[in-house]
Amino acid sequence: MLSLGLDASAVGWKLLPVLLVFGAVLAVVPLLVYLERKVCAWIQNRVGPNRVGLLGPDGLAQGVLGFSGGGKRILGGLLQPLADAIKLISKEDFIPAQADKFLFSLAPFFALLPPFLTFVVVPVGADLTFGGTTVPLIVADLGVGMLWVLSVSSLAAYGVQLGGWASNSKFSLLGGVRATAQMISYEITMGLVLLSVFMHYDSLSLREIVQAQATYFDPLLGRLAANGLGSWGVWHQPLAALLFVICAFAENNRLPFDMPECEAELVGGYHTEYSSMKFGMFFQGEYIAMLAMGAVISTLFFGGWHYPGYASVAAASPNLAALISLAVLGAKVMIFVLFQMWVRWTLPRFRYDQVMELGWKVLIPLALVNLVVTALVNL
Amino acid sequence: MANSGLEVLGATIFVLLCVGMGLTLLALIRLMTKVVLKTEKHKEGKDAPYECGVPLLGDARTRFGVRFYLVALSFVLFDVETVFLIPYAVTFKQLGREGLYAVLIFVAILALGLFYELERGLLTWSDSESEDAPAPSEALPAAGHGH
Repeated sequence: MLSLGLDASAVGWKLLPVLLVFGAVLAVVPLLVYLERKVCAWIQNRVGPNRVGLLGPDGLAQGVLGFSGGGKRILGGLLQPLADAIKLISKEDFIPAQADKFLFSLAPFFALLPPFLTFVVVPVGADLTFGGTTVPLIVADLGVGMLWVLSVSSLAAYGVQLGGWASNSKFSLLGGVRATAQMISYEITMGLVLLSVFMHYDSLSLREIVQAQATYFDPLLGRLAANGLGSWGVWHQPLAALLFVICAFAENNRLPFDMPECEAELVGGYHTEYSSMKFGMFFQGEYIAMLAMGAVISTLFFGGWHYPGYASVAAASPNLAALISLAVLGAKVMIFVLFQMWVRWTLPRFRYDQVMELGWKVLIPLALVNLVVTALVNL
Repeated sequence: MANSGLEVLGATIFVLLCVGMGLTLLALIRLMTKVVLKTEKHKEGKDAPYECGVPLLGDARTRFGVRFYLVALSFVLFDVETVFLIPYAVTFKQLGREGLYAVLIFVAILALGLFYELERGLLTWSDSESEDAPAPSEALPAAGHGH
């Protein structure tokens, strides 16, 4: 430890962003599960989960304290994820006969881990300052940030492939094979897109990419600071942003790309045989992946944690500015998460050959063109 | 990047936290089934993988479409291409026009390869894509109208 030349206080402060990001992701995922079911219900003109709440009839307050809250349900269903978790954890952990037991258990682990790891390089806010110590709100400002995103997101294919193969079920096998082929196909596009984004910003560090987008319209100064919201990556790399969003859907196996688990054909796809919290881990993994993709999209193309007026607030109080920046990134991420839910409950599913044709015949050539054009423009 | 050691340390702590959480969850799942619930009973029908409730038709470790292998092979090719393009992307400003021409040739060769692959049927997923396949309505047997 000492040979690294680190002093104890720096390491101590480093724990702040690490625990903040880890805790925030863990805390938000159950809310997303609730939100998805509510959004789905709104879109389909249903009520959605409305029983397992805090106040009102059937609520926790009535169950524990006998307090019914005047018969009105307030935020009913908010505790549904908790109830789901209790249900999942109290189910038998079923392992089918002839399954590869080790790989069968390893697969949900690999479904949960990679989306989490994406957050390592995402800057979640401006620098905090504590008595002269500057604490950057990023788990690790790696010089190879974007390569980290790419390599970690490609790890996700192992979860579905191992799960599909180890179950010894035909539905799982087909789901796993389809998922792998789909994810690796869209990964090529994602890699090429990240390369062109990198060429545009001339940096692989996500922290530097956010700073490059840090010019905005400042309402307090009443003028554009540098070139305004026009510095958002989406205006400079519109095609890259579009391709990246499409690839994000495909990598997360979300509709319209949910080939791997299309219920009508493959029952549950690669997680057909999974029960108990192991299924829950696949499930959580999907929501963390949605969060991670939202974070990467907003960081690369929509200014990250930056917001109009940041410089003015930061001049007055850097810590307040940093706290607002946390909320701003949170809001941007939530917008993209809601967008993913909206798309899921609106569009029908592609056919498998259509998915592969879109990936190989449309997206990869477009990404190559985008790369060459970026090189030409920035040369 | 003030202190790369610190950044690597932060990443390591985060990775260890995630790995620890995942392994704890897995351990908890086994513990619940084995110790707390004690619901684990083995029967032939129950242990069988799901196949719509009918007796199993052979093993699942069977052959599947060769096109998935082709896609995987092409992926390796194009992923290596991406890796080759990374050094160019890092230095493309220094390399200037000369580098751009070189990369254009490189990309053109790969595009040619992609075109060739597609022409040879990399993405032909079903035989029914040929033009003489019967339309779905013709292929269906006449349904009973008068019951």
